[in-house]
Amino acid sequence: MSIHISNISKSYKNVKALQDISFDVNAGELFGLIGPDGAGKTTLFRILTTLLIANEGTATVAGFNVVSDYKNIRNSVGYMPGKFSLYQDLTVEENLEFFATIFGTTIEENYELIKDIYVQIEPFKARRAGKLSGGMKQKLALCCALIHKPKVLFLDEPTTGVDPVSRKEFWDMLKRLQQKNITILVSTPYMDEAALCDRIALIQDGKILEIDTPEAIVKHYPKPIYNVSANNMYQLINSLNAYKHNHSVYPFGEFVHYTDNRTDFNPEDLKVYLESKNLSNINIDKTVATIEDTFMELAK
Amino acid sequence: MKNNNVIQVEGLTKMFGDFTAVNAITFEVKKGEIFGFLGANGAGKTTAMKMLIGISNPTSGKANVAGFDVFTHAEDIKKSIGYMSQKFALYHDLTVKENITFFGGIYGLSRKRIKEKSAILIEELGLEKVANKLVGALPLGWKQKLSFSVSMIHDPKIVFLDEPTGGVDPITRRQFWEMIYKAANQGTTVFVTTHYMDEAEYCDRVSIMVNGKIEALDTPKQLKAQFEVDNMNDVFLKLARG
Repeated sequence: MSIHISNISKSYKNVKALQDISFDVNAGELFGLIGPDGAGKTTLFRILTTLLIANEGTATVAGFNVVSDYKNIRNSVGYMPGKFSLYQDLTVEENLEFFATIFGTTIEENYELIKDIYVQIEPFKARRAGKLSGGMKQKLALCCALIHKPKVLFLDEPTTGVDPVSRKEFWDMLKRLQQKNITILVSTPYMDEAALCDRIALIQDGKILEIDTPEAIVKHYPKPIYNVSANNMYQLINSLNAYKHNHSVYPFGEFVHYTDNRTDFNPEDLKVYLESKNLSNINIDKTVATIEDTFMELAK
Repeated sequence: MKNNNVIQVEGLTKMFGDFTAVNAITFEVKKGEIFGFLGANGAGKTTAMKMLIGISNPTSGKANVAGFDVFTHAEDIKKSIGYMSQKFALYHDLTVKENITFFGGIYGLSRKRIKEKSAILIEELGLEKVANKLVGALPLGWKQKLSFSVSMIHDPKIVFLDEPTGGVDPITRRQFWEMIYKAANQGTTVFVTTHYMDEAEYCDRVSIMVNGKIEALDTPKQLKAQFEVDNMNDVFLKLARG
């Protein structure tokens, strides 16, 4: 089953949350909506899960129209909203039973689907959900979103605020779910997670910047990028920002990603300049663009 | 005791009933350092930070922050540090100017000083056009940068940042870190927690908590060498997975 979005726009008073958004998600795809806070991700999710009505445009989920067939959609999708939204004062087990019941099913019926995830929190099944750590809350919320075997899963920033280990485990779980033929639309501000999706849409300020596979998007990066490092990161950033030929200067961990304005850029010139700024241990090496580089270039 | 350490912690412990959230941690942070305080969810980071900023009483151990003992001078600590977290930073229903005035007042700045600082902050952050707008209407990235500046309005020796860049766009994240570098360069010590492992690389030293204990503490470079990996994300995975 798939998602079809056609010219969707939504405004809140003066704020244009979504502007003329169109794209499709294929059945069984793991599709990433990548963008920072305020990009419009949550607004789009709410429209697709029938919680909000768009000002313009149409959309279908699993073949059902989000406005006229909203009841059918609500039965066949799983939704994990941005903030933890389960019942804090019910236990893990009680939450799961609650959601199974309101979807007219039982935990046992679809247990196979959630088993891999649930076994990790099962030792805590008598603990109140409010007392779980961030990573465990995410796992529980995912189980509750899957308990009725949805055809499409909407995950709105499921890993924000969660540590890297739990994030990695979460994405491993998503990959396994995908193999059970569930279409997954997930949003995230973490650019490294984008690389794990089949296709991604980069979104900022209500507009789609680009849609493609992660590999193709990265190939579109227009310039050569260099990893630059020196003995002092702060002085390095300042010096590069002051260099008149710079096109972009972005710290990336232990390096700075640098691109130059000139087509005939020679790294040696840059090295000489940096040495004149009293930097030492200078290294300038070509590197490949990441999704984050591409995002920042498109968002400029 | 004159030394270069603005934070000194020895055997610091916090127990809730039978459960040991923070288990006898020991470390120190030097003046002007950017110190990364990392750990998985549930490792005890937030509990430890709460003790250091004077809002939670330790069960046992010793800690000195900005020259004050956390047991006996918690109120003095609060006056000498800055604090910013994702969950609470500024009042959404006050304007930019009103927030600056409010926090300036709380930290005991004179009216004159508040006026000066207000003008400086608004200009540095390019907020002239929105100075009289409600903070709630600002994009997240602007709020975070303003929060950070406001947390330092009283020129504290140390600023504690609790996941300051969560969800913020990649460009603003980096602008934020340039602000951190600038502050550290001017002698402010920065104690920061983050889940972005590339940000861990910007720190002078990083500590990683696992199950209430500090299991690693070193420069990013040394940690990567120690665990034989080339990035902090892999250091974290190796350590936190046990």
